[in-house]
Amino acid sequence: MAELSNAPAPTPDQLVDIYRRMIRIERNDDAIRKTIRLGRLVMPYYSARGQEVIPATLSSLMTDDDKICTIYRGIHDMVAKDMPLRPLWAEIAGRVDGTCKGKGGPMHLTHPESGVMVTTGIVGSSMPIANGLAWAAKLDGSKRVTIAYFGDGASNIGAFHESLNLASVWKLPVIFVCQNNGFAEHTRYENGTSVDFIAKRAIGYGMPGHTVDGNDPLAMFAAAHEAITRAREGEGPTLLECKTFRFHGHVLGDDDKYMTKEEKAAAIAKDPLPAFKTWLVEQGHATEESLAAMQATIEAEIEDAQEFGLASPLPSVDELRRDVFAQEIPA
Amino acid sequence: MSAKKMNSLQAVNAALHQAMAEDDKVIVLGEDIADREGGGVTGATAGLSTKFGDDRVKSTPISEQAIIGAAIGAALAGYKPVAEIMLMNFTAVAMDMIFNHAAKLRFMSGGQSTVPITIRTLTGAGWQTAGQHADHLEGWFAHTAGIKVVAPSNPVDYKGLLLSCIQDPDPCIFIESAGSLFIPADVPDDLAPIPLGKARVVQEGSDVTIISWSSQVIRCQQALAPLAEAGISVELIDLRTVSPWDKEAVLASVTKTGRAVIAHEAVRHFGPGGEIASTISEELFGQLKAPVRRLGAPYSPVPFAKVLEDAYIVSPDQVVETVKALMA
Repeated sequence: MAELSNAPAPTPDQLVDIYRRMIRIERNDDAIRKTIRLGRLVMPYYSARGQEVIPATLSSLMTDDDKICTIYRGIHDMVAKDMPLRPLWAEIAGRVDGTCKGKGGPMHLTHPESGVMVTTGIVGSSMPIANGLAWAAKLDGSKRVTIAYFGDGASNIGAFHESLNLASVWKLPVIFVCQNNGFAEHTRYENGTSVDFIAKRAIGYGMPGHTVDGNDPLAMFAAAHEAITRAREGEGPTLLECKTFRFHGHVLGDDDKYMTKEEKAAAIAKDPLPAFKTWLVEQGHATEESLAAMQATIEAEIEDAQEFGLASPLPSVDELRRDVFAQEIPA
Repeated sequence: MSAKKMNSLQAVNAALHQAMAEDDKVIVLGEDIADREGGGVTGATAGLSTKFGDDRVKSTPISEQAIIGAAIGAALAGYKPVAEIMLMNFTAVAMDMIFNHAAKLRFMSGGQSTVPITIRTLTGAGWQTAGQHADHLEGWFAHTAGIKVVAPSNPVDYKGLLLSCIQDPDPCIFIESAGSLFIPADVPDDLAPIPLGKARVVQEGSDVTIISWSSQVIRCQQALAPLAEAGISVELIDLRTVSPWDKEAVLASVTKTGRAVIAHEAVRHFGPGGEIASTISEELFGQLKAPVRRLGAPYSPVPFAKVLEDAYIVSPDQVVETVKALMA
């Protein structure tokens, strides 16, 4: 596993914390997919199964005060940032106890208390807004950082280029985290992107850019540590390209006809979860029993959240007149 | 009470100075707006960066999405950004940020997010800037739930309404229109913010109500004398805020007059006049003495040649003829 030379190695506690976030993402994703298949949840679902390491590692280095802007494939980013699962489940079920009172749904989950500021369904749009949050941190004299998560496809939209340029000119405490899963919706990376590594685009905007194995927690930790430290110290933005794979296609139910079965099977065989778990135990950072107990606690949390969310009441139609503006629109 | 004679751009400048002095959460960004770049292409932001510093007053690259995105993000963190999009046609480049994000984040977050940004933008025909620098696009924004659309016609309203936009908890688009920029008026130094959504009666009358806003108000005012000479008593309403619009004031006036003309610089076809006309017809059908009429630009891009541009803009003469025809 690769390490950047000047980043400190993660402590055993940090490594276990990264694993905790990964397993919480994975178990939650599994529960969402099962609930959709049972017909108990009706929602468009963009599973991030396979991409757990990226936000788990970055979140392990973030404080509650740090902010993220994420995208429609972003529930893993929120769970990694320790968003409480009860309001998450109520929101994806479209219920009043949801983070957004059932008015945003899975593509617009928002929870400022956890630092989840914006979730967008528009490719590339997390980045311009993340810049503003970072500008505010500078104005506040705060050391908080903001992460903009996006996919490889988003590096081809204008907002990416405008945002990297502005962040660099203004030296903003922001980290642009590209979760490169190899496909922009159904289009293979090389059929839509002009460079072999998205990180190369950082050169054009005068900021550091790194390509990292996004399935390797140690490599991710080193890169995340460097980028977050740089932002906190007022040295400006970084572009991280984290290479990974999405196990369930673009949207749940898509038939993956844009790749071969062999290719998909080979990518899934590199699932970072069991590999990291085995490594943690081999290194003596955790035991099978301690990780099993951790998983059981997380599964209980998810089961409770699921029951809570699905039992929460449906919103009143009066909600259509609320939150359009601060002042309610008259009936 | 002291007052200063100023034009509408100077009124904008005065409002920005006042808002920044009163509230250190007010920040300003846009292309060329800092004094290093000349204080804005129209001078509307002149002096702000010198007085309030380069952190709160930031010139930006020519990146409209990045400008509005930065304004939204700062607003989510408690600031009250005033973003300048140099010309209204350039809002098209930032439309995703305005339409999908600024306008909708409050609703989509169930009220957790608040985006108190003001987007100042210049437009209007009359300067031969042609098809991509002069459109009145208020209808685009008025059609989007979650954004307020403000379109003043005179220096007092420019100052008072801009102060309200900046302090409003929701996103506002503030339209600065060519035809209304350089007519000076006395603006009180201690002018109170003018509430959004409230129309102003420019002239009271009893025969016909004319509803207008922005630069078109001035061309309607120019029609008042000839109409008075013709013995027609006109009530002219300056809507000031296009969305949410002051339905109460308009319906009260048309209840009195029984006749209504809506005049705007925006294209007539699917223009905001249609919404107002149909509301009047729905609410006051039995009381109307004549069909509601709409005046707006033809279904055409804004042209370059002066003769075409003159024909594009709704003239005072057209207003006079339309009102006379209603009375016939």
